[in-house]
Amino acid sequence: MALTCIQLCQRCTSLLRSRIVGIITLQYSTDAQHWPAALWNSFIVPVLPSVLQRSPNPSQTRQRWNLGVRSYCESHAKVQPSQTKHRNTDELPGTDMVSYQNPLSHQLIDGGMLLKEWQTALDLHDAPGHSALEEISHEEAVCMDIPAALPPVSISLKDYVNESETLGKLVQLGVQLWKLEQRPNVGSMLLRLDFQTDVTPRLVFLKQLGVEDSRLGYLISHNPFILTESLENLQARVAYLRSKKFSAESVASMVSRAPYLLNFSVKRMDNRLGFYQQQLGLSAQKTRDVVARHPRLLCGSLEPVKENLKICKLEMGFRENELQHIVTVIPKVLTANKRKLTQIFDYIHNTMNIPHDLIVKFPQVLNARYLRIKERHLFLQYLDKAQYDPAKPNYICLDKLVSLPDEAFCTEVASATLKDFELFQKTM
Amino acid sequence: MTTPSVRVFHKLEGLFSIYKPPGVHWKLVRDTVKTNLLKGINAAPPPAPRQRVQFLAEPTGVVAEGSNELTLSVASVPTLAHHPLVSGPEFQHIGVGVGHRLDVFSSGVLVLGVGQANKALTDLYRSHVTRDYTLEGELGMATDNFSHTGRLIERTTYDHITRDKLERVLAMMQGSNQKALLTYSKVDMSTQEAYELAVKGELHPDGKSPPIMTGLRLLHFQPPHFTLEVQCLNETQRYLCRILHEVGLELRSTAVCKGVRRTRDGPFTLQHALTHQHWTSPDVIQAIRQYCSSRKASKAKHTQPGKDTGTASQRQEMAEEAAVTGDSHRLHSVLTSKAFGS
Repeated sequence: MALTCIQLCQRCTSLLRSRIVGIITLQYSTDAQHWPAALWNSFIVPVLPSVLQRSPNPSQTRQRWNLGVRSYCESHAKVQPSQTKHRNTDELPGTDMVSYQNPLSHQLIDGGMLLKEWQTALDLHDAPGHSALEEISHEEAVCMDIPAALPPVSISLKDYVNESETLGKLVQLGVQLWKLEQRPNVGSMLLRLDFQTDVTPRLVFLKQLGVEDSRLGYLISHNPFILTESLENLQARVAYLRSKKFSAESVASMVSRAPYLLNFSVKRMDNRLGFYQQQLGLSAQKTRDVVARHPRLLCGSLEPVKENLKICKLEMGFRENELQHIVTVIPKVLTANKRKLTQIFDYIHNTMNIPHDLIVKFPQVLNARYLRIKERHLFLQYLDKAQYDPAKPNYICLDKLVSLPDEAFCTEVASATLKDFELFQKTM
Repeated sequence: MTTPSVRVFHKLEGLFSIYKPPGVHWKLVRDTVKTNLLKGINAAPPPAPRQRVQFLAEPTGVVAEGSNELTLSVASVPTLAHHPLVSGPEFQHIGVGVGHRLDVFSSGVLVLGVGQANKALTDLYRSHVTRDYTLEGELGMATDNFSHTGRLIERTTYDHITRDKLERVLAMMQGSNQKALLTYSKVDMSTQEAYELAVKGELHPDGKSPPIMTGLRLLHFQPPHFTLEVQCLNETQRYLCRILHEVGLELRSTAVCKGVRRTRDGPFTLQHALTHQHWTSPDVIQAIRQYCSSRKASKAKHTQPGKDTGTASQRQEMAEEAAVTGDSHRLHSVLTSKAFGS
């Protein structure tokens, strides 16, 4: 009987301790927040009455308790032998634990070391099996929560997609994570984002701008950094574009077609707009049209644009007003590859003998593929139909030469069959 | 475990020929074909999304009334780790091999092989196939790189050249090449074996050899322009340009090459070569099938006279054919049947 009495006392003290430890851990980590309450519900309430009732025949669980407590007591025997005894006397009658916080907290104050030791004791203690060899009951096994093993380092976002809310939502948006993970530092940046506080406000902002849902995935897969840009900056940039009298629709389409547009500062955008207006000598409305049609002009470097302008002026010999017309019709000429431009111009002007004014009339030829122009011209020449002078009969419009698909070109322009054209291609 | 895209990829494994336009590097051609095929393969419907089994605890209300027994329910939730947006397209790289190369300025039939068929591609070239070329030449000038785009070195007259003289020169060149072929084939000329090989036209150089022309013919002659047809082995396009230059020199004039066009590469002819609009996976699959069936037909024709000689040779040929077409399954079946037969 004496033995069981001691056991009971030990159990109670250990309960008390575990609760206090729970309170202490509250101060240290927010993760453990939930578990003092759980302890209180699951252990203190059901166990204590049953212990009191069935004290003569200790059950299996009690033995286990006993084991754990004994080992615990052995390790702390030096620290608090008197404490245990002191509590033995008071504790048994009631289950009111609150009053016993005082001596303990008192003890905590004078012994800072003790707190630490308790914490380590808790670590040993709170594992579901108190010893590795011990059998555990079915309910306890069910209650055990095994956290998914997340690799601390990975080369792919695949390992984190199932666990991270942000990544899961981004996949639902249609973001190509496999492309993003290949870019340096983007993967860890995405993992660090919180969906509610970081991602949602920016998505809502983009939605309010008028970006379509289907474009959001494209936008983020090309520019994930828009999720880290501050909202004030984004708002300031949109406000700048609106102040330059871009309509709301055009701002939305510009943002969705040039993903990096909103990541550039207002100063830089202003610089670029000014450059285009000055260099091309266009009116404000026409500059807006050009930029709205090809918004990537505002994102890229200005050097290739300057080079292309020089090539058009000096190498090809277009006049200022001709150049203005070309750019307003096909803004892409400004960012095209300069070697491709000169190659096409050389073929059109020197081989096909087309004068400048005709090219200015149909600037889309500069945007076409070299091989396509060459093949079609040679085919027409073979058929004796290569006549590009509008003043003469059987005139072939440059636009039709370039923009029609193969079948329509064969029937409408060359009046031949597609098979003939393919056979001709094999003789080149 | 075969997904639809794997099935498409297996269909693509084989040899086919494309028509390379002039002025494009063969590497660019190969990469274009590769990206187009990858697009075709990955356009196949993705496999069904995988499910992950998860044990979910029942709500606490149920636990309370059923004493302290905790029940878990099994649920399968879709896992995102294998979503196509997360894991990327199924095929991100396929091996596309190129047969005998064509340089930037020449055009014509270029043989490509996909996947396992690359082995068949090397086998094809180890069997000493000849290639046909059409060379366009222009008399009256010489350049530093033998083609009309090079720097002009010399201008000459060509009034004295007639069709007769040109053909005589070509015959002389063909004769010297024929002699070279005999020496490089390393067969004793005074044997029955050499006679039989020569009758069948199966003489070929043993091991490495310099370029050899086995046939040379004048197709078209209208001074200063002329067109030659050449069959050759181990050639480069630059060598062919130099041949035209030498023809010009032999004629006491000069000539440059205006175009090199390959019209046949082994069994691949111009007729089934794919032009650049057709470098897509459905067309390529069709071309591969067409090549397989034509091989089969020619083999059948070839084996019909000697049908009584037994099935061993037939099996051998089937195995060869399977190797050439890159059809590993068929090769396997042929080989196992051979094992059982013997």
